[in-house]
Amino acid sequence: MDTRPIKILVAKPGLDGHDRGAKVVAHALKEAGMEVIYTGLHRTVDQIVRIAIQEDVDVIGLSIMSGAHIPITEKLMKKAREEGIDDRMVVVGGVIPARDIPKLKELGAKGVFPGGTPFSEITSFINENVKKS
Amino acid sequence: MGVAKYTKDEKDRITDVTLQSGIHVKACYGPEDLERIGFSYEKDLAPPGQYPFTRGIHPEGFRSRAWTTRQYTGFGTPEESNERFKLMISHGQTGLNVAFDLPTQMGYDSDDPMAEGEVGRVGMAIDSLRDFEIAFKDINLEKIGSGLTINAVASIMLAMYQAVAEKYGFDPKKISATPQNDILKEMIGRGSWIFPVEPAVNLIGDTIEYSMNVLPRTNPVSICGYHIRESGATPAQEIGYAILIANAYIDNVLKRGYDVDDFVGRFSFNLNVFGNIWEQVAKFRAARKLWARNLKEKYGVKKDSNMYLRGLFGGGGYGLTKAQPENNIMRGAYYALSAALAGAQTIALCSYDEAYTIPTPHSAIISLRTLQLLMDEIGLRDTVDPLAGSYFIETITKEMEGKIEEEMDKIEKAGGIVQAVATGYVQRLVSQQAYAYEKGLQSGELKKVGLNIYTEGEPMEVELHEYTGESAKKQVEALKQLRRERNDREVTRTLKELETATRAGKNVMPYLVEACKAYATVGEMARVFRNVFGEFEEPGLF
Repeated sequence: MDTRPIKILVAKPGLDGHDRGAKVVAHALKEAGMEVIYTGLHRTVDQIVRIAIQEDVDVIGLSIMSGAHIPITEKLMKKAREEGIDDRMVVVGGVIPARDIPKLKELGAKGVFPGGTPFSEITSFINENVKKS
Repeated sequence: MGVAKYTKDEKDRITDVTLQSGIHVKACYGPEDLERIGFSYEKDLAPPGQYPFTRGIHPEGFRSRAWTTRQYTGFGTPEESNERFKLMISHGQTGLNVAFDLPTQMGYDSDDPMAEGEVGRVGMAIDSLRDFEIAFKDINLEKIGSGLTINAVASIMLAMYQAVAEKYGFDPKKISATPQNDILKEMIGRGSWIFPVEPAVNLIGDTIEYSMNVLPRTNPVSICGYHIRESGATPAQEIGYAILIANAYIDNVLKRGYDVDDFVGRFSFNLNVFGNIWEQVAKFRAARKLWARNLKEKYGVKKDSNMYLRGLFGGGGYGLTKAQPENNIMRGAYYALSAALAGAQTIALCSYDEAYTIPTPHSAIISLRTLQLLMDEIGLRDTVDPLAGSYFIETITKEMEGKIEEEMDKIEKAGGIVQAVATGYVQRLVSQQAYAYEKGLQSGELKKVGLNIYTEGEPMEVELHEYTGESAKKQVEALKQLRRERNDREVTRTLKELETATRAGKNVMPYLVEACKAYATVGEMARVFRNVFGEFEEPGLF
C-alpha cells in the first residue's frame, strides 16, 4: 500500500498578487498531512506545468483572484494535456462566481473552491479524489 | 465576534475580551485606569491640531473641512473609466481613486503575451499617454485630486500624470496626484512587485525628490498598512510596519542630502478600517501620535504640519463576506464610522459586492452614499475627536501605542524592515496569522454574521460587473494604432536617454516625463528598468 503523502502544488498563475488565500490554504493542506509546494507569485502556465512535472505532484491547485479563472484554467489544461500530465487532478480556488463553476468543471477542473470554502471540505475532497499511483 | 476573542462563562456572560493586537478589554473603565497607564492630557493628547496630534491634525476637525470621499474606480478601456469617473464626480465624489489593470500595474503593455486575459479586468488599461488623455478628459485636475493605485511602476504613472496635466493646460504645481508608490508593502501583501528591493525603494526616492521640486502639491508616496492588514497582520502590526516602511523611504531621500522637513510633509498613509470598532479608533489615534513622535524624535522634524499623519482610512475588504452580501453595506457603514470617529481625512469603502467582483455603479454609489450620510445626517462633523477623554478609549489608545512599538522592535531586531521583507520574515509572520484567523472563523471561535452565525436565509444573486473581451480587443487595437502613428525616433531617443540615466543612477523622473510625452508605452519604459534592475526574487515561503 502506498503511504506516500499526497503532493500538491499550490500555484499563483498570472499577474494577480493576492496570495493570502493561496498561503492560507497551503497551511491547511500541510496541516492535513500533505506535502505542499508553493510556486510564489506571477507564474506563467508553462512554468506551473514545468514545476508540476519536476516535482511529480498529484494535484495542481490554482489560486486566482483577478477574475481570469476561465482563460487561465483553459490554458493550463491544454498545456497539461500537451505535456502528458492531464492525469493529475486540477483544483481551482479564489474569487469564483457560482455561475462559472460548471464551466470550470467542463474545462477539466475536478474541484472548485470559492473563497470561504471550509478547509475540511478542500482537504477531504483532495484525499478522496486523488488517484494514487 | 468579529476579530476579537471572547471568553464566556456558563451563563453566557463575557469574562474576557482580547482584541487582535493583544489588548485585554475590561468590563468597566474609570479614572483609576488613566492613573495606571500614567495618562497625561498634555503629553498624550494635547488639543486637536497640536503635537502629538492624537486628537487629530486640525483644531476643529471636520467642522473646518469634511473628509474627502474617494471610491476606488476604474475598469476596461480609458473611455469606460472616464465615464465612471464623471459619474462618481457628478454624485458628489470629491477625489478620484484610480484602479489600474494588472498588466499596467506589472509594467506590461496590453498586447504583451503576459497580459492575456487580464486587460482592463481589475482596473483600467493604460499603455501610453494617449490613454491618460482619454481617461482624464474633461476633469479639472487642478480641482480634483487623484489617487493612483500603482506601485512598481508608480514613477512611470506619476510622470504620465504630469504629462497629461500639461497637455490639458494645467499647472504641474497645482495638480495633486497621490500615487500609492509603496513597494515594500507590495512585497508583504498584494504582490504587484517587479524590481528587487533596493532599486525599487530607490525609484520611490526619485519620485519624492522630483515632486519636491516640480510637483509640490503631489503626495508622492502613500504608505499602505492597508494591504499588510488585508494579508493577515494585526492592527498593531499594520501601523508598526507602515511607520518602519515610511522610515525606509525617508532614509533613501535623506541620503540625497535633503532636509527631512523639505519632503516628509507630503507623505500620506492608507490604512484599514475593518475590525473591532474601539480597536480601530485607538489604532488611528495612536498611529497619529507615534508618527509625529517618530518624526520629531528620530528625524528632528521641526515644522508641525510636517508631522501630520494624513491619510485615507478605508476599504475593509477583509471584513466583508460572500455570504449574505447585503450585510456588507452595514459593515461598511460601521467601518466608516470608526474612521470618522478617529478623524480620517479621506475615506473610501469597499462595496458590498467586492467579494464577488469589481463594483457595479449601483454598489459603488451605495458606498458613496454611506459616507455622505455619515457626514451630513448623523452628526459626525459636529465636534472634533468626540471620544476623547473616555476612560476606555484613552486607556486602549495608550495600550495600542505600546503594542505598536513592540511590533516595531521585533522587526528592528530582525535586521530592519528592508531586510525582513527581503528574507520573507514579515511575509511569513503575516500569513501564519491569516491562517490562524481563517481557522478561528471556520471553527466558530470568531463570530461572523451570515458566515458562521445567523446563516439562515436564501442565497442571494449578486449582479456582476461584466467583463467581456471586447474592451481588451479595443485596447489592443488602439495600442497598435498608436505604435503606427507615433514618432518612432522620438520614442527610441527618449527611451535610450532613460536607460542611460537609469544606469548612471540619476533621478529617472525627468526622463520618464519626456518618454511619456513621446508616447513611449508603459511596457517599454518598464522594460528599461527590468533590463537595468532585474526582478525581485520572492522568498518561496508560506
